[in-house]
Amino acid sequence: MTDSVQGVSSLVMAVLFLATLIAMIRVVKGPSLPDRVIAIDLITTLAVGIIAVYTIKTGNPVYLTAAIALALLAFLGTVALALYIRRGGPP
Amino acid sequence: MNLTFWTNALMITGCLFMLLAAVGIYRMPDLFTRMHAATKVGTMGVSGLMLAVAVYFGDLGTTTRALLILLFFLITAPVAAHMIGRSAYLSRVTLWSGTSVNEWPLPSPKSPDPQKEEEPPTP
Repeated sequence: MTDSVQGVSSLVMAVLFLATLIAMIRVVKGPSLPDRVIAIDLITTLAVGIIAVYTIKTGNPVYLTAAIALALLAFLGTVALALYIRRGGPP
Repeated sequence: MNLTFWTNALMITGCLFMLLAAVGIYRMPDLFTRMHAATKVGTMGVSGLMLAVAVYFGDLGTTTRALLILLFFLITAPVAAHMIGRSAYLSRVTLWSGTSVNEWPLPSPKSPDPQKEEEPPTP
């Protein structure tokens, strides 16, 4: 019954890439800088989800360490950009 | 059948929440409503996918790592959203035109009933 997991994980990964494209549209046409920051934060969350699905698809749990590092970097980057916007943003 | 079924169900649920977060961040009219969509629904999607990982591998180490990522998202996503929202509001991002604030809704004054039920205390 592992074939069902393979097929479903391929489908789920395709839907996650579609969601990444939809969020990328907001990054391109976001009116202000915080819109783009939120969209990039969502894209990083989607990347963590893609890593999780890839872990299930390959059956190798080593990739979860990369997901931990990516979640940490997403939080630090969002906080740094929030402080940058608070200090005045781009000139 | 059991573990396979639950893995598939959790993966599909998390993936649908992720797609809903992306559609919300594309369709919402305002920064703050977009922030609602991105943060909460994205956290739900990640929690679904991480629970799928934890169910699929029955291993102790893998389950611990997946639940650690989930706990980390549950802690950091509201903090990041709060900081972004505060910075954006203080840097005067334009609100949606339909934004209304009503902190204490009162009964409408156009139908004054003679029997005043809630009268404010007069000194």
